[in-house]
Amino acid sequence: MIADIGLIALVLGLLLSAYATAASAYGGHRNRPLFVESARNAVLGAFGMLTLAVLSLVYSLVTLDFSRAYVADVSSRAMSAFLRATALWGGQAGSILFWAWIMAGFVAVVSLRKWDRDRELMPWVIAVAMGTTTFFVGLSVFVSNPFAKLWLEQGAHELTPAVFRPENAVAYIPEDGQGLNPLLRHFGMIGHPPTTYVGFTGFVIPFAFAMAALITGRSSQDDWIQTTRRWTLLAWVFLSIGLILGGRWAYDVLGWGGFWGWDPVENAMLMPWLTGTAFVHSVMIQEKRGMLKVWNMILIILTYALVIFGTFITRTGLVSSVHAFAKSGLGPAFFLFIGVTFLASMGLLFRRLHTLRADHELQGLLSRESVFLLQNVLFLAITFAVFWGTVFPMISELFTGTRISVGPPYYRKVTGPLFAGLVLLMGMAPVFAWRRQSVRLLIRSLAPPLLLSLLAGGLWAYGHRQHPGSALALWLLSFAILAVLFEFGKGIQARRRSLGEGAVVALSRLLARNRRRYGGSLVHLGVVMIALAFVGDAFFKQETQGPLGQGESLNLAGYSLRYEGLRQYYGSDGRDVLEATTSLYKDGTLLRQLMPRQDYFVVQQQPMTVPGVYGTLGEDVYVLLVGWEEIGLQRATFKMYINPLINWAWLGGALLVLGTVVAAWPSRSATASAGYALRATQPAAAMGQGD
Amino acid sequence: MRDKALLSLVTILASLLAVATVQAQEGTGYSPTDDEVNRIAKQLYCPVCPNTPLDVCETKACQDWRAQIRDQLAGGWTEDQIINYFVDQYGERVLAEPRRSGFTSLVWILPILAVALGVTVAVQVVRGWRRGSPVVAADEPVAELPPETVARLERELRELL
Repeated sequence: MIADIGLIALVLGLLLSAYATAASAYGGHRNRPLFVESARNAVLGAFGMLTLAVLSLVYSLVTLDFSRAYVADVSSRAMSAFLRATALWGGQAGSILFWAWIMAGFVAVVSLRKWDRDRELMPWVIAVAMGTTTFFVGLSVFVSNPFAKLWLEQGAHELTPAVFRPENAVAYIPEDGQGLNPLLRHFGMIGHPPTTYVGFTGFVIPFAFAMAALITGRSSQDDWIQTTRRWTLLAWVFLSIGLILGGRWAYDVLGWGGFWGWDPVENAMLMPWLTGTAFVHSVMIQEKRGMLKVWNMILIILTYALVIFGTFITRTGLVSSVHAFAKSGLGPAFFLFIGVTFLASMGLLFRRLHTLRADHELQGLLSRESVFLLQNVLFLAITFAVFWGTVFPMISELFTGTRISVGPPYYRKVTGPLFAGLVLLMGMAPVFAWRRQSVRLLIRSLAPPLLLSLLAGGLWAYGHRQHPGSALALWLLSFAILAVLFEFGKGIQARRRSLGEGAVVALSRLLARNRRRYGGSLVHLGVVMIALAFVGDAFFKQETQGPLGQGESLNLAGYSLRYEGLRQYYGSDGRDVLEATTSLYKDGTLLRQLMPRQDYFVVQQQPMTVPGVYGTLGEDVYVLLVGWEEIGLQRATFKMYINPLINWAWLGGALLVLGTVVAAWPSRSATASAGYALRATQPAAAMGQGD
Repeated sequence: MRDKALLSLVTILASLLAVATVQAQEGTGYSPTDDEVNRIAKQLYCPVCPNTPLDVCETKACQDWRAQIRDQLAGGWTEDQIINYFVDQYGERVLAEPRRSGFTSLVWILPILAVALGVTVAVQVVRGWRRGSPVVAADEPVAELPPETVARLERELRELL
């Protein structure tokens, strides 16, 4: 009953979304405010309907309405009410509806804010963003309907999910559901999809504004950049949180001792993050200098295409093979949508290319502008390398018939040097001046961090001669850290000298008065911390594995793991638990008891390896129970990893979020930020409206 | 009860015998450690599960494959021989790192070309920016400001801070 209401609401949501798209486009095209007004109301209506659909799906999940295929698939009696509710995004059909709902929510918020500055853009913003929403609601209605029921057709051996009763079929209601994939019952995986979707859908808003600017020909003016700055930051930070939560989940649950495996699904999320990060930086150049306009358009178009591509890959369980792809009804729909939107937006960009001429010229090759450009190139190159590695197995299969794998070694070798280049630029860029940088000044401001970092890198190289690559990496990272610290130091010093403030007061006021700059610096520090974890993973990870009898020990890097015993018991959530007790010693002193486990979820026939971890800022000792003697539980095999610096990834993630909040926090006087802009005039305004 | 005891005895004897036979077959008495097995398994992808390195894959099939690597090592196979064996058996997809020959080399070459292309475009763009800078000649010195303006600027800056 409730689910039927949800189904009706979903269909109404589709109609309203489609109407909003069409009406706002028509209203914008013919300049009919009434249609635009009506489209706005339709947006609110669509959001209301989708909210109703989401709520009724959650209700069905929590109350276990197993007549619905989706509920039977991801919910079960053994799950807690909270877990049942999170199953909303635990499967394909629910995720797509959830995506569409968040998207509609964003459009509703955008259409409710003041329109004054963007009156001309808004109809097209709504049209583009609601067009995207319509696509997803359409998928939800026609291809992957979360309210479909289960039917048993006459003579058939398998159940058919369908919204309406197929001929000669009877409804089938299972006793219990499959339940959420046990691997997904982790805080990382509960938080990861919503944050990722907020990030994904958030980027649609700047894209919609960019397209609106192109369509209306107002692309010569940069107001869309200013309007969408916070949206972009919001999307970016949520996508970042999604990535970090996903990494944490992999580390805690997947039992392979790492947090990033260059899996296609991870790559699919990383790519829009990469282009989005390039965009976040690159728009600053447009805002302050009126340059890089075409780049920014290309970056946001790419980000949008990659967002849709990413949703597709993560939601259809990917493209592990060309053949699997064709089976899912979603594949062709997604590819058609990506192709059409990409070509249309690029076509639009070419038509308006003349409106995107740079307002300013450059006076020297060395300038912040050129550093940013180089940074853009690196981000795009990494994106391409990741994209190419992700799709190459399919391309290879298509052209030569042989399937190949592209694993972590490829990504490390190709993207490693490019990321190193980015870290170098990250350290240097903030000291570069706009327009032209004098070499003398550059050397003077970069010399202290450079020399200190060379010293640190040199000392490191001396101590770790067996890993020459790590010395280079740590030199770069220490340079980037020192550059940021010196920047803070200089700011604090200036305030102390001129205003006589104490160090703490000076720091907090510095942050408060120059939120964008110093917030950005905090984000950079966070990124360096995350990079530290990657360096530790790439160069200093150690592992060993061995079978142990009771009382025997496994030794690695000064640690000793003593196997005490193994016990088997029936755990919560319908799992059989096999838990080992081990003692971790270092230099003869007991550090902690570690209890690595193997859980087996009986109903889902899903094993899960839960590590025992002893963590410090320096390194994690990460122990897995990988094998055991079935009879008597006497001997067991353990795998032990030393994961250096890994906890810096989580700390860095937190700092990154904090920095973004600082940078995006609304400032009290808008004039202060306007004053910061270097652009004295709006030369574009004189040129008139596009063509 | 006696039957059971007898059966167990026979089973135990049989398994001891089996172990002895295996030991005798191996001859060398060399038994590879898990670490040696994993070092090779790490370079391979599980042939059946998508995108899982063989050293961390916990399916039964993968355990068997690791056991096979162990046997091969015990039999005196080299690392390359084992890897080639897996490629022959299951195809190129078992390699974690794609080869650098034939069609597959494209996966390595194109990113390098992309970087080269990107840098070229960037240099062109920066050149373009510079070419059309007629407004202020690059070397023109900035005019000195009158001292009272400088003083006012400094005062306002201080207030702003």
